[in-house]
Amino acid sequence: MSKYYLNYLDELESEAIFILREVWAQFDNPVILFSGGKDSILVTHLAKKAFYPAKIPFALMHVDTGHNFPETIQFRDDVIKDLGLQLIVGSVQEAIDDGRVSEEKGKSATRNILQITTLLDAIESNKIDCAIGGGRRDEEKARAKERFFSHRDDFGQWDPKNQRPELWNIFNGRHFEGEHFRAFPISNWTEMDVWNYIKRENIAIPSLYYAHEREVVWRQESWIPNSKFLVLEDHEEVVIKKIRFRTLGDITITGGIMSDADTLEKIAAEVSGMRQTERGNRSDDKRSESAMEDRKRQGYF
Amino acid sequence: MLDNNQLLRFTTAGSVDDGKSTLIGRLLYDSKSIFEDQLQAIENTSKKKGHDGVDLALFTDGLKDEREQGITIDVAYRYFTTPKRKFIIADTPGHIQYTRNMVTGASTANAAIILVDARHGVIEQTKRHSFIASLLQIPHVIVCVNKMDLVDYSEEAYNKVINQFEEFSSKLLVHDIRFIPISALDGDNVVNRSKNMDWYQGAPLLHTLETMHISSDINKVDARFPVQTVLRPQNDTHRDYRGYAGRVASGIFRVGDEITVMPSGFTSIIKSIDVYEASLDEAYAPMSISMTLEDDIDISRGDMIVRSNNKPEANQDIEVMLCWLDDNPAKLRAKYSIRHTSNEQKAMIKEVIYKIDIESLGRNTEDKDLNMNDISKVKIRTTKPLMVDSYRENRTTGSIILVDDTTNETVAAGMIV
Repeated sequence: MSKYYLNYLDELESEAIFILREVWAQFDNPVILFSGGKDSILVTHLAKKAFYPAKIPFALMHVDTGHNFPETIQFRDDVIKDLGLQLIVGSVQEAIDDGRVSEEKGKSATRNILQITTLLDAIESNKIDCAIGGGRRDEEKARAKERFFSHRDDFGQWDPKNQRPELWNIFNGRHFEGEHFRAFPISNWTEMDVWNYIKRENIAIPSLYYAHEREVVWRQESWIPNSKFLVLEDHEEVVIKKIRFRTLGDITITGGIMSDADTLEKIAAEVSGMRQTERGNRSDDKRSESAMEDRKRQGYF
Repeated sequence: MLDNNQLLRFTTAGSVDDGKSTLIGRLLYDSKSIFEDQLQAIENTSKKKGHDGVDLALFTDGLKDEREQGITIDVAYRYFTTPKRKFIIADTPGHIQYTRNMVTGASTANAAIILVDARHGVIEQTKRHSFIASLLQIPHVIVCVNKMDLVDYSEEAYNKVINQFEEFSSKLLVHDIRFIPISALDGDNVVNRSKNMDWYQGAPLLHTLETMHISSDINKVDARFPVQTVLRPQNDTHRDYRGYAGRVASGIFRVGDEITVMPSGFTSIIKSIDVYEASLDEAYAPMSISMTLEDDIDISRGDMIVRSNNKPEANQDIEVMLCWLDDNPAKLRAKYSIRHTSNEQKAMIKEVIYKIDIESLGRNTEDKDLNMNDISKVKIRTTKPLMVDSYRENRTTGSIILVDDTTNETVAAGMIV
């Protein structure tokens, strides 16, 4: 009998597939939130497995801040073409142009918070009742309390103190019109699990995750990539370093790390020895102790 | 990590003072699962609060309100990995008003850690946590007798707690109970063996968690496959494919097995078991698979495929141990939606047989109101039969939830007797 158990990666995979099928069964119009980062790529890969030999029954939705790595957009378009899926884009730039949101001012201005309005607008205008995300509970303390099926009220807000209990494998996605859900199939995965699985399945990821010579600037304790959006301070200079990115967000706020890891094996080995959390290089999380919780309450990813 | 490493889920219940947060912090810290930036943040907060050294309990702080009040309100999930296993901790609050959160955390756990303060011994809260572990049929219970440093690491104090615990736990249904004397604050017998308690011959907590046998925690005998959805690709390469997608709840299915579809009663033979591009000879819990059958029969979500020689009961009247989860009290004979695996029907609570007095663990047949956190034995009638096993035999096909149709909230969780 002893061989009748799953190893931890197979169990995580099976759980995620179960959640994805449950989303499909319980909602009318779900989408996968696709950022081009490894977690949303993983969710898309798991969706492919969950519905094979049928096609993934979800569209991909991308909240485009306009501050992308060019590689991310190329990668996104390749995935869409390869899987034959519909792409829905919510544009932060359009929201700015329409005057629905305004840019932050000051040196550390980002479009991070502006994504919330665009995301919620896109969910409403496309009548999305469930947005599937790649959020993981190990990422951040507010996320540690997140449900697999997470309710959002008709303002798109999360109320962490009033969440539906989730017991066993029974998920309740019932909602009133105008409300929606977020579903997190890889809630129980850690960063290490993600890399071990990507390596095992040999999943294609953007070249940004691999170490490469890149133009960067040292800012706020990490290497920020050079881009047309970057405004140099007097004391800053662009240098070339062998850099890779541990997470991908906006090009303006995503810090890289010095690395020689240019294969999945080397990345997995490097991550297992990391002494900093992956979001440690994301200036969006450094703003305050409850930065993530505050954004999530408003409707963030 | 090795390819055959398993995943173990355990729950911890405890109140502010019994060292639960410190224990979790200690497990994460000593197993090197804490990152430097997290440690830095905790060091800063410890200083701000005027604590000496690093307060390990701060690792488990979550939401803003919890940090301000210094308590755990909701279930928080934590992760750590050792060379032997991956662990998921469901960290739940211990106070009586959070019984529902404890029940939630316990529902998926392989093991429960129950903390007892060596100075105070078994208290009501210990009994409550043990009762919940037993009610939710957590297969393994580890009683950590904590704060041994405050009783001079005395074997006598430890044995006293064991005796107290065994006295009341004989009434509980837990098959595997272990005891470990620890000091979470100093790390004795948590990850590393204590130098202060030579008299203790057993393994430290982490080693116990790494090595306990959990492969038999899932029922391997009764083959149950609740159908989640039907895969019909309708593309050129798979024109006639009709796969029943779901997660094996228990037991083992093999290609060629004679199966019965419930509740229709139609029978067929398993033609293939598919996992993505691969076809397998057999599937077992908790695998997510797609199954095809030799015959073309009408099967949809909510149906259950079982082996023909071992069927669950099809029942409209069930007795359930029910934990009420909602602010609004239960309404007798009102209509609720009942969810059981992938099946959904309407149901009503016909009768409350008794309520558990969560303080004394006795049965109360006088007060039968079901308010939030109450646990009772009830009779439920459903509009159509559910294909049920007893919860004791099968945690997946023996569990239900109730949903209030007027609010859409999950209002109760039940274990079929």
